[in-house]
Amino acid sequence: MTYITKPKLTHPSLPQNALGMTRRAYEGALSTLCAGCGHDSVTAAIVEACWRLALEPQNLVKLSGIGCSSKTTAYFVSGAHGFNAVHGRMPSIATGANAANRRLAYIGISGDGDTLSIGLGQFCHAIRRNLDMLYMIENNGVYGLTKGQFSASADIGSRAKKGEVNRQPPIDPVLLALDLGATFVARGFSGDKQQLVPLIEAGLQHRGFALIDILSPCVTFNDHEGSTKSYAYTREHDEPAVQADFVPREAPILVEYAPGEAREIALHDGSRVVLRKAAEAYDPTNREAAGAAVKARMAAGEYLTGLIYLDPEGGSGEFHALNGTPQEPLNALPFESLCPGSTGLHKVLGRYR
Amino acid sequence: MDATDTSHPDYYHRVVDCQWACPAHTDVPEYIRLIAQGRYTDAYLVNRQSNVFPGILGRVCDRPCEPACRRGRVEEKPVAICRLKRVAADLREDLDGRLPKIPQLKNGKRIACIGAGCASLTVANDLLPLGYEVTIFERYGLPGGLMRSNIPSFRLPERVLDEEIGMILGMGVDLRLGTPVESLRAMLEQGGFDAVFVGSGAPKGKELTLPGREAASANVHIGISWLESVAFGHTERIGERVLIIGVGNTAMDCCRTSLRLGASEVKVMARKPRGFFKASPWELEDAEEERVEIIVNRSPKAFVVQNGRLTGMRFECMEYELDARGRILSERVSGEEFLPADDVILAIGQENAFPWIERDLGIEFDRWDVPVVDAQTFQSTRAGVFFGGDAAFGPKNIIWAVEHGHQAAISIHRHCQGEPIAERTAPQVTLHSRKMGMHEWSYANDYAPIERRLVPHVSLKERFKKLDIEVELGFSAEQAAEEAQRCLNCDVQTVFAAKLCIECDACMDICPVDCLTITGNGPEAELRTRLKASATNVAQPLYVSGALPQTGRVMVKDEDLCVHCGLCAERCPTAAWDMQKSHVHWPHAADEAAALEARKPKIA
Repeated sequence: MTYITKPKLTHPSLPQNALGMTRRAYEGALSTLCAGCGHDSVTAAIVEACWRLALEPQNLVKLSGIGCSSKTTAYFVSGAHGFNAVHGRMPSIATGANAANRRLAYIGISGDGDTLSIGLGQFCHAIRRNLDMLYMIENNGVYGLTKGQFSASADIGSRAKKGEVNRQPPIDPVLLALDLGATFVARGFSGDKQQLVPLIEAGLQHRGFALIDILSPCVTFNDHEGSTKSYAYTREHDEPAVQADFVPREAPILVEYAPGEAREIALHDGSRVVLRKAAEAYDPTNREAAGAAVKARMAAGEYLTGLIYLDPEGGSGEFHALNGTPQEPLNALPFESLCPGSTGLHKVLGRYR
Repeated sequence: MDATDTSHPDYYHRVVDCQWACPAHTDVPEYIRLIAQGRYTDAYLVNRQSNVFPGILGRVCDRPCEPACRRGRVEEKPVAICRLKRVAADLREDLDGRLPKIPQLKNGKRIACIGAGCASLTVANDLLPLGYEVTIFERYGLPGGLMRSNIPSFRLPERVLDEEIGMILGMGVDLRLGTPVESLRAMLEQGGFDAVFVGSGAPKGKELTLPGREAASANVHIGISWLESVAFGHTERIGERVLIIGVGNTAMDCCRTSLRLGASEVKVMARKPRGFFKASPWELEDAEEERVEIIVNRSPKAFVVQNGRLTGMRFECMEYELDARGRILSERVSGEEFLPADDVILAIGQENAFPWIERDLGIEFDRWDVPVVDAQTFQSTRAGVFFGGDAAFGPKNIIWAVEHGHQAAISIHRHCQGEPIAERTAPQVTLHSRKMGMHEWSYANDYAPIERRLVPHVSLKERFKKLDIEVELGFSAEQAAEEAQRCLNCDVQTVFAAKLCIECDACMDICPVDCLTITGNGPEAELRTRLKASATNVAQPLYVSGALPQTGRVMVKDEDLCVHCGLCAERCPTAAWDMQKSHVHWPHAADEAAALEARKPKIA
């Protein structure tokens, strides 16, 4: 089984971003996931978002654990830094890297197995620490790499490919994140890039922990009738909360919204998220209401998607503020300030005597 | 937009840009694949089926396929289609009984063709296998028409010409050389022919009536007549300083021939700036390589004669004001210039002429004294008299004449069988999947990032030694194999089944040239602006699917830059996309005969 790599040639009219790069420059290796995997669409959305933000590849860090989802990091921005951690342990690596260099942008890619089973503790503590990163879960309700067993996000009553019915309740990462105090919580769908791309842009610019739970169908083991995470089911039961548009800092205001139709929330760097109301009034700055809305939809067998909750200040306890990490990356600090010297070391040790 | 009707035979045909641009609809990608496999004889026969003269056309075709080639839009330069065709002819083996079989038993119908050029030869090629008796009348002592008389042998060697004409003559043509037709009436009334095909070309070069023309006549030549007399060995020398008037392909042949007959200073005089030249870019290139000077913006004013001998020409110097798109807004004369010359060759166009057709035969002539010919059937206003090649619609190229011959042969067959000639068999397109397995296709789908190979030429020092040294050497087998990799296999079509699509976006995400978009439907002009890469080339169609099952949106494909890499089909989890080879059945007389045969009642 051999296959060709994606030809390097591009459409001649492909637009360039502020760095003079086309979208193609943000691609990575060719995916070896199943044809039609939702994760590949998520990859395309990340590529699009990084291109739009004109991120410099060397300022991006891609982290992942184990699983189909965790292969994703190989498939975008090949010029970025990458770390493939032990199963479920990506948040620890992200914490260390973040502490050492706060100037980089961090994207963690995980799956429902990596996050909600083996890595659940790590996930919860990353939220609790309010790590400055974008954490994306490619959520398909099954363990695809081990032939499609139910994962911890499978819904009650959902059927496996061979017919078994799941009877255990799901862990919902969005509810969990809301409960644990995450400051940016969103849900997307791999098949809706219009909604997903601005969420990724905003999530990358958000200061503090940003979670995007992405319904990303497993085309091989969980795209049949009876599945609640198939393309067809997700499309039918997708209830957008609000449409969030991301407006970069430099961009002029091009669209005029009628009063009451849209609401702007400024992010720390001056970029803005413009929220346009969907069918019903929804306030994404009210944590309790957001949680209630997610639960209400869940009870109706639906998925509330879009920007579900946002605290633009990133909360009081943002990781760097809380820990007093230096502005300069550790590798740029002079030796004298990194190493206390023997006198300094004695002082430190003296505190524990 | 309405969903695209891909069952229309034109849709997939149009995607194969080269084949669509070729007047004879040569199956270019198919023969290029055969060349890539080293199957030169098969490649030759695929060519021969539609263009009849692969060896000749592989050297001198006007190649409408190449400017159309998609590779020229994706990169800078198109595939060297024409030169690959020559490779098939150069490297093929003996055809060994693979030419059409000629029945012993004739069908009793006799056809006359006037002029032994490419149009008449094609008619003979198509009708002889059906049992017709074909007689060709030729005024010169050798067959080939303008292919022989007007294309110099350093571009088209005689042996190539003889070989390919010989294949047709060998099918049993009754060839009457040195037999000009003086009266069509006599032929129609006494010839005993069931149909007459006029393929007599456009043999009259245009004259330039200026002061001094008559006095200078010994050293002023009409381009096509001069080339003809060189071809038949009547002219062997020309003066040192030669001026060529006109800048079409005939002018290029005249200037390069002059260099081989003793001229040392050859200037081609153009009335207009470079963008207006009629000559093909590669013919200009070849002439300039031989250090022919092309002088622009000179309009001939007078031939200058001293002591009864041409000494040169006077020209008006022209100035043009052009608009942004390069069109002439105004012109003015800014002065005059004299250029010395020993000989002047006029290459400013040619016309067809029919002094031998009586005007009361029911063959209508229009106000330019050109016969009225039906563009589809090639029949004149008199039933049973057909025109083709340059004789039909004025000077075009060999490949057009060949297609005229094919179409006229269909008409002649229907005419002789008593069938209405306009009700012809329609072209058809068939599709066959190229899927072999996971990630496996029965064609080379990877994009080969190689630049166009250059054809080696004989050195400037060598090539002038004799008139008939062929300048182009042609590709070697290795060079051809490399160039063949550049073909994008546009005939392996992306075929979409909307009902299977689950809208996972995989095809859109993988497409290297962003030609796929899943979006809401809309009017074409508006839809073109909101595709993944906006589709600005309106000459290339958009494919629009029916409503997709899950969201009712549509799949839109901009055909413009698709490189047929098949990644959309590889990434499709439901096989909604498939790569299928389209085969265009462009009917010839044999297909027409088979269709008529099939309709006949069977007698047990």
